[in-house]
Formats: sequence, C-alpha cells, structure tokens
Amino acid sequence: MRAKTAVYALLLLLGIAAPWLGLYPVFLMKVLCFALFACAYNLLLGYTKMLSFGHAAYFGSSAYATGWLVSVHGWGSIPGILAGVAVATLLGLVIGAIAVRRQGIYFAMITLALSQLVYFVCLQAQFTGGENGLQGIPRGSVFGLVSLGPDRTMYYFVLAVFIAAYALILRIVHSPFGQVLKAIRANEPRAVSLGYKADRYKLLAFVLSASLAGLAGALKALVLGFVTLSDVSQATSGEVILMTLLGGSGTFLGPVVGADIVVTLQEYLSDLVGAWVSVIIGAIFVVCVMIFRRGFVGEIERRFSAPRRP
Amino acid sequence: MLKTTATVCCTLLGLCSAMPAGAAGGQVVIGDIDDLSGVYADAAGQGAIEAANMAIADFGGTVLGKKIVLLSVDHQNKPDIGATKFREWADQNGLNMLLGGSNTGVSIAMAKVAAAKKVPFIAIGAGGASLTGADCTAYTVHYAYDTTALGNGTASAIVKQGGKSWFFVTADYAFGTQLQEAAARVVTANGGKVVGAVRAPLGTTDYSSFLLQAQGSGAQVLGLANAGTDFSNSLKAAEEFGITKTMKPAALLAFISDIHSLTLQTAQGLYLTTGWYWDLNAETRAFAKRYFAKMNREPTMDQAAYYSATLQYLNAVKAVGSTDPDLIMAHLKSTKINDMFTKEGYVRADGLMVHTMYVMQVKTPAESKYPWDYYKVIKVMSGEEADGTQPDPSCSLLKK
Amino acid sequence: MTSIFGVPLPAILGQLMLGLVNGSFYALLSLGLAVIFGLLGVVNFAHGAFYMLGAFAAYVGLEFLGVNYWWALLLAPLAVGLLGILIERLFLRHLYQLDPLYGLLLTFGIALIAEGVMRGLFGASGKSYPVPKLLQGGVNLGFMMLPIYRAWVVAASIAVCATTWFLIERTRLGAVLRAATENARLVQAFGINVPLVVMTTYGAGVALAALAGVLAAPVVQVSPLMGSSLVIVVFAVVVIGGMGSILGAIVSGLVLGLIEGLTKVVYPEASNIVVFVIMAVVLMWRPTGLFGRD
Repeated sequence: MRAKTAVYALLLLLGIAAPWLGLYPVFLMKVLCFALFACAYNLLLGYTKMLSFGHAAYFGSSAYATGWLVSVHGWGSIPGILAGVAVATLLGLVIGAIAVRRQGIYFAMITLALSQLVYFVCLQAQFTGGENGLQGIPRGSVFGLVSLGPDRTMYYFVLAVFIAAYALILRIVHSPFGQVLKAIRANEPRAVSLGYKADRYKLLAFVLSASLAGLAGALKALVLGFVTLSDVSQATSGEVILMTLLGGSGTFLGPVVGADIVVTLQEYLSDLVGAWVSVIIGAIFVVCVMIFRRGFVGEIERRFSAPRRP
Repeated sequence: MLKTTATVCCTLLGLCSAMPAGAAGGQVVIGDIDDLSGVYADAAGQGAIEAANMAIADFGGTVLGKKIVLLSVDHQNKPDIGATKFREWADQNGLNMLLGGSNTGVSIAMAKVAAAKKVPFIAIGAGGASLTGADCTAYTVHYAYDTTALGNGTASAIVKQGGKSWFFVTADYAFGTQLQEAAARVVTANGGKVVGAVRAPLGTTDYSSFLLQAQGSGAQVLGLANAGTDFSNSLKAAEEFGITKTMKPAALLAFISDIHSLTLQTAQGLYLTTGWYWDLNAETRAFAKRYFAKMNREPTMDQAAYYSATLQYLNAVKAVGSTDPDLIMAHLKSTKINDMFTKEGYVRADGLMVHTMYVMQVKTPAESKYPWDYYKVIKVMSGEEADGTQPDPSCSLLKK
Repeated sequence: MTSIFGVPLPAILGQLMLGLVNGSFYALLSLGLAVIFGLLGVVNFAHGAFYMLGAFAAYVGLEFLGVNYWWALLLAPLAVGLLGILIERLFLRHLYQLDPLYGLLLTFGIALIAEGVMRGLFGASGKSYPVPKLLQGGVNLGFMMLPIYRAWVVAASIAVCATTWFLIERTRLGAVLRAATENARLVQAFGINVPLVVMTTYGAGVALAALAGVLAAPVVQVSPLMGSSLVIVVFAVVVIGGMGSILGAIVSGLVLGLIEGLTKVVYPEASNIVVFVIMAVVLMWRPTGLFGRD
C-alpha cells in the first residue's frame, strides 16, 4: 500500500512539474488524453475480459460532438465536453446492448463491425466535414473565467480531469459493482446462478468504459483543435488495445505507461522511419501476445509481488 | 520499493522523449509537409523535395549568414498529421516557412496553424480556391494553380466545343468539391447544364459503380473532379467500361506524371489546364534538364513551383533583411515574380499567386516526337483571365 | 426505358452486375475465413493482409519475374499459403490453449506488419496491374458494357467456392478435417497427424485469400491498404452467414454483394454501411447467424 501511494505521489509531482521541466505541453496533453482512453478501455478489457474491437467509435464520436458544438455553435468548453461524453455514453449503450448478448470472439466481431458503421456515418455526415475533418476548434475557457488557450493552462486542466477520471476508475473497480464484475469474469454461470443479471452488469461496465473514452476524445478535440476520421478509425481502436496490452491490462498504471510508450514511439518514429511505424507497432503487438502478455506493469507487479516465503 | 522505482522509470523513459528538439537559432528553417507515399506522391512528393533542395543550392545554401535547412515529412493525406507536424516544427524547431500540401483538406488545416503561429505558408499542389477565399489567412500564399483557374481553363474549352451536359465524378473532400463547383459555374455560365454528380472517397481504386451512374445519366461530358491516381484510375475504368466511347472525359486536374502513367494511347486528346510545362521555353527546359538528371522524370508543375517558391522566399528574406513573417508577407505581396516558373506573376491581396495559365491538349502518339513530349498549347490565359481581376470577396482579409 | 421505383432498369441491372462481382470477392474471402474459423477456431484478422499479399505476389511476379497472370493464379496462393503455414507453425500454434482472443490479436499484429512492410516498400498508392490479354475487352449486355474480366471473376470465384464446399462437406478429407475440430485427440488416436492437418488448413484458407487477391489485382489496383477496409466487411459477412458455416459464408457473400449493389443505386449514401446494418439486425434476431451452428 505504501509503495503504491509513493508511486502515485511521485507521478503526481512529475505531472505538475512537467511543463516547467521543458517538456512540450501539447505532446504531454496528447499522452494524457490517450492514457485516459486506454484506462477507460482497460476497465473493459482488464476487469471484464471483454475485448471491444471498436472503441475508437466512442472516442471519436465524442470528439466530433464536442468539436462541432464548440466550434460551430459556440458552446462553452465544459458544456461541450459534457455533451461529447453524453454522445459517447449513448452510443456505448446502443452498441453495448447489441454486443453483450454474445461473448468472446463474437462480441469482438460485433463491436468491430458496429464501430465501422460509426466510421462510415462520420464519413458521410455533413457536420463532421468528412475527409477534411473539423478544424480550428477553439479551446475556449473554463466557464468563461480561465482561458484555456495557453498551452500550460490547458495542460493543468487536462491533468486535473485525468486525475479525477483515474480516481473514478479506481473507485469503480474497488466498489461492490467492481466485485460483481470480477465474479462474472471469473465464472459467469456461477454469478448468474447466484442471482446476478450478468448481462446488465456487463452492459453497465461497457457504457462506463465508453463514457470515459468519450471524455478522452472530447479533451483531445480541444487540446489539438481538430478532429478527423482517424479518430474513429480501426487504426485508433487497434492502438488503444495495444496501449492497454503493452502496459498491462488488468493493472491500473499499465494503460498509462502503455499510452505513454505508444504515443512517444509514434512521434519519434514517424520522423525517422515514416511508413515503417506500423511495422514496428505490429511487431510490438506480436511480441506482446506471444511472450509479454502481462505487459510492462503487469510483469513488474508480478516480479516484485512474488511471495517472499521460502 | 523496487516496484516503485521500476514503474516510475518506465514512465520517465516515455516522458524523456518529450524533450524538445534543438531549436534552431542560427538557421533558416524551411519545412515541407506533403504527400510522399499516396495519391499525390508523383505530382509533388520526393521530386518536390529535390526541387526545393535545388533552389536552396542555387541560392547559395545560406541567407543573411545563416544556413538554410529543409525539413520534410509525409502527411499521408491526413489533416491531423499535417497540422500537428507544422505546429510542432513551429514550436520546437524554429520553422520560418512552410511549403506544401498537395491535399487541399490538409492544406486548409495547415493554413489555420500558419495563422495561429504566424509562419508563412506557401501552399503548392493543393487546388482548393478556398485557400484564398473563405479559408484565407494573412500568411498563406497559394502558388502554382487553383480550382478557379482549372474551371476557367478546361471546362470553358470543352463547353465551347459543344460539351454542354456534364456529369461529375468527384473526389469526396474539399478539393473535389471546390473543383466541381468551379467547373459547374463555368458550364452553366456558358449555357451548359450539370446533369448530376457522384462522390468517390479519396483513394478509391474501383470506379466501376460511379462510372456506371455517369453513363446512366446520359450526359455528354464526364467531368473528373479528382487528381493524381484517383484521376488515372477513373479514366482507365472509364475506358474499360466503354464509357469513353459515349462520353467525353474532362480531366479537370492532371499532371504530366499522370499522363505518363496513363500513356498517350489512353490519354490522347484530353484537355487540361496547367500553370507550367517543362517544354515551354529555354528556361523551363534548362531547369527540367537538371531535374531530369536527378530524378529521371520530367518535373510537374508542382515540382517547378516548389523550386520557384523557395527562391522567391529566400530572395524576400534577403531583401527584407530578416525572417520576420509580416515583413516577408508584405514583400511577397508587393513584388512581381519573374522567373523560370512564370514571367508576370504577382501575389494578390488574398494570397493567390496570379500568373499565366495554359490550356493544353494531350498529343496523339503520332504527334509526340520525343519522350515526355505530351502537350500542345491550345490557349494561353493571362492571370486575370484564369483567376479574375479582383481578389476573392469571401476572404476575410479584405473586409477591413 | 422501364424503371422500378423511379430508378431506370438498366441502372439497377448494371449495379446488380457489379454487385455480383463484389459479392464473388466477398464469398471467396469469407470462405477462407470460415474455413479457418470453423476448423481452427481462429479469427484470422490477417485475412485482408493475405489477400493484399496475394495481389502483390502477382504484381511482383509480373513486374520483376516475368510471371504472367495465369501462372500467378497458381503460384501466388501457393507462396502466400506457405507464408501462412509458417505463421501458423511459429506463432499461432502456441496460442490454441489460451483465450481465442489472443489468436485474434496476434493476427491483427501480423496484419499491421504485413501492411506496414508493403507500404514502406511500395508506397500507399495503388500499382496498376493489367488485365490479361485473353480476358480483355467487354461484352455489351445492353444495359451496360461488361468487361469480360469481371465475368471471369464471378465464374472463377463461384467455381472455387463450390469446389471447396464440396471438398469439405462431401469428401473423406473434409470429414477428417471436421472431425479434427470436434475432437482432435480422438482423431489423433486414429493415426492422423492433427497438427499437420491444422497447419495445412490454415495455409489453405490463407491461399484462398491470396487467390482472391490475384483475381482482384486488375480490378482494384494493387495497394497495401486494399485489404484493411475490405476485411471488416468480410467479417460482417461471415457473422451474418454464421461463423462456422462454409455454405453460409458463400451464400451470404454473394447475396450481400448484390444487396450492396442495389443500395448503391437506390440509396447510395448507405452503401458502405448496409452490410453492417444487416449484421446488427441478423444478430438481434438470430445470434448465431443465418446458417450458423454454435
């Protein structure tokens, strides 16, 4: 317990000090958004073992909603973000309701296909700007008081939201609801026989995951100022899976570490090797699946939590 | 404790890479963000980078005592990559000027960053006239050509020949839409009619179902409002389905690289509008020869524009004595352009580089006497004929 | 000119014809997927990548090795099939005892690698592949001019699908394959080398994808991205047909191609999503798919 608190304290300190250490705030914010996205995804994959293969749908649709409302209709930033989250939640409810009826591979296939449907809708819809995407989304301000234009201010805002969301996830997992989810994951028929409506719990977990993914998307829209089709694409769905897997699904810090590594790799590598980035990402995927299934944090936790008894 | 250290280390490792790249103090940094591997890679792509390098070398490699550096990256036709890289270079690498685009959607996104970061952006290869219209900024210069000129050139030539009813197959993004609009305007202004239109995603390779719709419309002219490999694929498919027998294809944007890959056999007789052609005069031929020696292909209009734009910028820096963006823009907008690319070009108030445009017809195989001898000049349009005498009224810069 | 619902008949027939061509590709690809899933339990996310590799094998063969189209039809699937066998042997084999999701993730990673490598080598835009001399030209059907090559694609696909279905459902070889999925140990006890059978089956499924790629090359141009958006539609087709059913895959593929064609002429904006909408509807009404046996 103490070790954990120490880790969090250290990271918090780092987080607050980061812009002053000369790190590029826009890059950091991007990492935070994707870390949130990965944490939201982990809620599903890590704690309920449901492999959603189309999570970009919630991330992207929320980004589009927020971006559109803020830039075209002049909504404030906070209402805009909330609206984005609402859209993602609703979408999660609809898709989840169809998908949770099935399990394992079928569940993955359904989420994949339905998210592709969302992609095409975004492609066709007028308001998304199709291939051009939404550009020039203003950062706005916090209820008209503090302008989010300057990178540093925006960074702290994003950091605060991230911490709040992360704390929420911790709370969810450690709550009675989280316990039921664990039971369902361990042995669904048994949980059902005990009277728990497994499908409902799974759906709720799905919707929560979608909402938080939506929060990440809404933030991203404001941080970077644009939303494009790649935010709802298959590639982004795959990326968040990789981040979670690489960092360690089923752990708390895993997705954060994974997101950090993947976003950094893409930044760095795209300058150096251009198109070969996806080869490297794919290779990491393969390595993770074959021999590194627990991910970074998972491996570390395992190694250092081994019982000390002789 | 070990767990603590280990986890923290991991995260730090990642964060460390966010260290800023060395900001260039004693350098003049020119950036090139373009499509290096996709639909437009042949029209500009690597050749454009080479052309820019040629310009830097011809200029002498330094300006105002500082070394000139060229950065380049592939935007993969994604507006987010283009905008992000531009912003990053402006924030972290001391970028002084950006060349690029090809893709109108990406260029519009980059223009917005140019305005926010106050970095001159010379848009080459992107056609969308909105870059100097609704999407104009104080720092955008739109070089080479734009959709208005293409419409006034090609569409006008075809309508006047009797092609009155048109059906458009359009690339579904800013460029295609604007090109279709420009052509449609010319068609209706000349007594013609737009019978219908269909949108194909950028990068479509199988145009069969779109072309079938075109055929079903009964129009005389097949207006191809797309470019690059989109254009060559749609033309090839039109031939395959026998549509070129019943409809006249209108190549609203074609580069010499497209004609080369289509071969004269397929492309002969096509009308197209271009801002530059390698075989126009002695100066263009001289440049083309040097370019050919390096790239083994003749330069396209975009690649020549890269050369010219880079030199114009460097000359401006020298004349003004600094890289201050506002001074540079003022200089660019008040200086006549007289070089290998064009003899009487000038940058209008809305950012458009107005210059002579040529309506060409692709030669038949029999008419072509030597490799890359593809075009014959049908009409020479002055800049005003091609793009009007007034700046685009929808540009907010003009509303003072 | 007669018309149905205000849409001229020639237009409908034309799009249906094109839809049939697309449907043949769907059928061929979903067949490979169904074979692999039905007999191995692996969701082969790399199916689109193998399709793309098949097309590239044909292109590279033509451009650099002088292998013409007809030889490519035979050699490309063989080459890519061998690659598939290699992947099964080195990677997939170790994942069977784990959650099947890992197999899916692995093949997803492999798809990324394959696409990335081809993109790095050849760029993202399409390379053109010429229609073979024998199949050039078109037939005037009255309502449209049908290129002979497209008719050939339909014929070839249906022939291959029919042969494969027959092999699996009606021959002893097929019976062995089907038995091996049901109870590998028992079949092994009969002296049949099950791992070999599994490996070959994966190779065969992959070869089917590669064959589709060669057939597609003159139609859609050879590009590294040609498989990635197609594979998701094919997954939807397989889900609709029933994930383990060979017949379901073939029939759904053809029918959905036709429906897509029809949608293009009646309500073009929905043509991209119609397959997914149908999938959602089918799943709500019949979760195992139309022909599925779960």
